[in-house]
Amino acid sequence: MISDLSRFSLSSSSSAAPVLDDDQLLHVSLGPQHPSTHGVFRVNVALDGETVVSLKPVFGYLHRNHEKIAENATYLSSMPYTDRLDYICPLSNNWAYANAVEKLAGIEVPERAQYMRVILAELTRLINHTAFAGFILGDMGAWGSALMYAFRERELILDLFEDLTGARMMANFMRFGGCRNDLPAGWANKVSELVNGYGAFLDEMEDLLIGNEILLARTRDIGALPKDVLINGGITGPMLRAAGVNYDIRKVEPYGIYQRFDFRIPLGGTGDCYDRIMIRFLEMRESLKILRQALDQLPEGPFVHPKAKIRNFKPPVGEAYARVEGPKGELGFHLLSDGSANPYRYRVRPPSFINLTLLEDMCLGLDLADVVVILGSIDIVLGEVDR
Amino acid sequence: MRISGKWRGHPARRLGSGQDARATARWSMPGLGLFKGLAVTARNMIQSYYRKDRMTTVQYPEERAPISPNFRNFPFLCYDGDDPVAGLRCTACSICEKECPPQCIYIVLDRDENGKSLKRPKVFDIDISVCMNCGICAEVCPFDSIYMDGQYEMSTTDRFGGLLLGLDRLAKSADYHMQLRPLEASEVAARRKAEEDKKRAAQAAKEAKAKADKQAKEKAAAEAPAATIGKGEPA
Repeated sequence: MISDLSRFSLSSSSSAAPVLDDDQLLHVSLGPQHPSTHGVFRVNVALDGETVVSLKPVFGYLHRNHEKIAENATYLSSMPYTDRLDYICPLSNNWAYANAVEKLAGIEVPERAQYMRVILAELTRLINHTAFAGFILGDMGAWGSALMYAFRERELILDLFEDLTGARMMANFMRFGGCRNDLPAGWANKVSELVNGYGAFLDEMEDLLIGNEILLARTRDIGALPKDVLINGGITGPMLRAAGVNYDIRKVEPYGIYQRFDFRIPLGGTGDCYDRIMIRFLEMRESLKILRQALDQLPEGPFVHPKAKIRNFKPPVGEAYARVEGPKGELGFHLLSDGSANPYRYRVRPPSFINLTLLEDMCLGLDLADVVVILGSIDIVLGEVDR
Repeated sequence: MRISGKWRGHPARRLGSGQDARATARWSMPGLGLFKGLAVTARNMIQSYYRKDRMTTVQYPEERAPISPNFRNFPFLCYDGDDPVAGLRCTACSICEKECPPQCIYIVLDRDENGKSLKRPKVFDIDISVCMNCGICAEVCPFDSIYMDGQYEMSTTDRFGGLLLGLDRLAKSADYHMQLRPLEASEVAARRKAEEDKKRAAQAAKEAKAKADKQAKEKAAAEAPAATIGKGEPA
């Protein structure tokens, strides 16, 4: 069995050697425990001096059988598992899954719940991009300050999430037809306070990063790919927009109530790592805009559809694919229902995993030190890559 | 070098500016960016001595951050009154057991010697090493019995028995719930009281009706012979 497996170049570092007649290559196994690899992820790199000539990712260390578990559980029982896909931004995942089930069963979502969802999703985008700014600096060797500043702000949003959903990260908050509970008294005011103060933090963070010569040297002209390669590779999210492709599902196929808000999609120029960092900062500013509008317009009313069922939920026979613009890209859920309480087929389209597929193309010909920066700039979460 | 040569001339490698004009188009003195960054760090460090929002560390366990009333951790079972066995609201319906995503709840229904259900759990175990704090059990319970606790200091040296909570450790009084989550608990208490009152009123109405029926019957029975007797007698 093991000899069978070793035919595949992914299974071990020794067999990952590219077919090159040069026996001067150095094989390095990056990971799986290196902190800069964002979780348990391994890359087998073949080096010619410092230059990468081949790169094979090895994943699956965090595989939890999410899809199969979901096929044996009720629809509601899968909701807390979606929190654990991309654990930096659980509420976007919740929304994507709730969207798919609502599409499958044809459930209406009340106005207030729609606004709550937008607010939560945009706060989640803030969290993700803020944490990203800290992580990428960590990847470049600046452990400490930047990550701490980022996590300090992230913690403020997580406190708000705890007030609302009961958990900092594993929210399990969206329900089919709305949300689990209403906003606590004064919560919306706390969010607007945070939104008003967030600009100052972004200014500070930009001061820290934008003009920094070391950052520029490490990220400029690194890891860029042509637009058609990115599009054909199925890359979505900030990665794609950094290369200048105007594709955001909030605009292309508006879900929820995104068509009501006035916001712009920031686009990058070359799509190198620097653009990827900057695009996230610009997106945070747009998120703040959406948040301000949503908080102004937040209506009164029910937070969940009155006929939404918690127990004995059985959608009709059918199939649905629904997607949202998660902070990392297009997050989609494909559900196949046979009319029973469990989905017949449950499939996740994870942005992290699909964005990761072009890692080798981005890294070839660059130095080993750039690999870590590029990996950081893709912004992966292994919970979602391995599922 | 074969591949690197191929990528070196690639159009994607060219220098260009993004839409963020501040970032790429501006010329600045070499080292100025670094200096600016260091100024941010220095400002943060100095402010961490006097500004409240920069002093983020809470010195646990000497001091504790207050927990939110919505905070949820592991489930507990609610009982009314003082007796954790007799007052238990749980009817061992097993809905939570079925809905629990990681399947960490184990329930055995209590039966009398004839095999008739006593509508209470004989065994109710929650393995908190498996529980993922999602709160679905509390959400689906139709008997207001299971709620999420706010207790978070539950570390133990016994990883099997210590993490398997039985009825004795799960049962907590309604007063505890009221203390933990006053808003939710008072809502539940009001609803339960209303239901109880309704039930009692219905019961009272039923009893009253039965009593009235009985009286009417008795009266009718009493009157009927009286009438027959009375007929023959002069007024």
